[in-house]
Amino acid sequence: MPKKRIYLDYAATTPVDKRVMKAMTPYFSEKFGNPSSVHIFGQEASKAVEKAREKIAVFFNCSPTEIIFTSGATESNNLAIKGAVKKFYTEPKNKGIKPRLITDSIEHSCVLNTCRSLEKEGLAEVVYIAPNKEGIIQIKDIAAAINENTLLVSIMYVNNEIGTIQPIATIGKFLEKENANRKRKILFHTDATQAVNYLDCDVEKLGVDLLSLSGHKIYGPKGVGALYVKKGTLLTRIQDGGEQERKMRAGTHNVPAIVGLGKALELVMKEKSKIAIKTEKLRDYLIARVLKEIPQSYLNGSAKKRIPNNANFRFDNVEGEGLLLSLDLEGIAVSTGSACASRSLEPSHVLLALGLKHEQAHGSLRLTLGKTTTRKEIDLVVNKLKVIIERLRKISGDVLKSFQ
Amino acid sequence: MQYSKEVLDHFTHPRNQGKIKNASSVAIVGNPRCGDIIRVYIKVGKNKKGEEIIQKTGFETLGCGAAIATSSMMTEMAKGKTLEEALKITNQNVVKKLGGLPSSKLHCSNLAADALRKAIKKYKDEKEKNKKVN
Repeated sequence: MPKKRIYLDYAATTPVDKRVMKAMTPYFSEKFGNPSSVHIFGQEASKAVEKAREKIAVFFNCSPTEIIFTSGATESNNLAIKGAVKKFYTEPKNKGIKPRLITDSIEHSCVLNTCRSLEKEGLAEVVYIAPNKEGIIQIKDIAAAINENTLLVSIMYVNNEIGTIQPIATIGKFLEKENANRKRKILFHTDATQAVNYLDCDVEKLGVDLLSLSGHKIYGPKGVGALYVKKGTLLTRIQDGGEQERKMRAGTHNVPAIVGLGKALELVMKEKSKIAIKTEKLRDYLIARVLKEIPQSYLNGSAKKRIPNNANFRFDNVEGEGLLLSLDLEGIAVSTGSACASRSLEPSHVLLALGLKHEQAHGSLRLTLGKTTTRKEIDLVVNKLKVIIERLRKISGDVLKSFQ
Repeated sequence: MQYSKEVLDHFTHPRNQGKIKNASSVAIVGNPRCGDIIRVYIKVGKNKKGEEIIQKTGFETLGCGAAIATSSMMTEMAKGKTLEEALKITNQNVVKKLGGLPSSKLHCSNLAADALRKAIKKYKDEKEKNKKVN
């Protein structure tokens, strides 16, 4: 009999909730119309898209007209940042000025690489703020990076690797004050991809102008996301084509996925508080057991300012890919920041930004819990982890000592 | 990571793992930065023809699945070979015996034969030095 598989990689992706799937199903072959079509088929699809938009607006406490559907968080982040920069260059008053973007060094690659590509093309100057050792961005560093050409600040709500929660609402308030005395208003964008499941995402409270989210991290489908764009925020579209999404995002609507995203958010809203409490308890149990029972084990990132489902450990004298592989052979799915598990052969930029040495980053392991994770599963994983780490440490001997 | 059956077998059941007592030579390759470090132990003896052979091997490896599997396979391949034969073992030979490695692993995690050659050369150099002293 094949082993029962345990999935502890919910920050990578989540399964589509059955209720979400059910809501989506009619929109594949039955109500298949193109929302841009005028006839009844089109109207049916358009109605579904607008209904989903309303649900999303309720979740973020914004107007439905402030939601733009995209293909996912990567596209949302691209649109937010590149769209703002593109708009900047269309305004005559900005002639001869290069805008400054402020972000941080532990963003997801879709934000970092968007910024890098703008830098490379000579379209923006970018300041990358380093977090403190706990993985938290300090407002004073944002304040110090602001100059008169600053166009946008982009700080993720929750880090995808170490799960640290950034002080978005406080940054929002700070920028609001700052903007009161400025000619050029600074836009505030946050990538909320990892936050939606557990945290308050009221855009009024957060004080953001732009917020990105993704469907597949919240038990919705892959290939769909959205960008909240506060009314009056100046953006230029980055993809040309039809007039969908108030000309901000060309391309036929992915109707079933949009319906799924709406349903997924509706469920999150209903069940969030209960799931958050249960998940955090389980996660704390996992952390406590690992740190207590596995020698030379450490938690990466702040223990307190942390999303309820994330645990990110490092273990001395163990390499993460070997660890991941051993767990995978036992049917347990996790992830690591080790270079050996990445195509780039570079260890996690997030762990290095915390000040960890390469060999420490190589020995890291991320376990992210989901809404169906049980205590029994956690127990099983910790028990296996203990045995595996002991075995790998035996194999590695004390070779690291030769380099110290 | 898509590993061959052979790689997984050597990863889960590494051969000749651990230090060996009275090793004739020990060598270490790799560095903590890239994540893979291999230490190889060899014990040199003589065959019936009086040629020097690798009698025993051992290894300690900190690294990914591929690094552990290549270390294990290398120690198997080297055992019983004369020093001259063993010097001819290349990283490529080791990978071939394992039924291949994912392309991203071919470079950094494939150092086992380098470690073996380093250990043999060290052994030979020591011997040469001792000769001169005597």
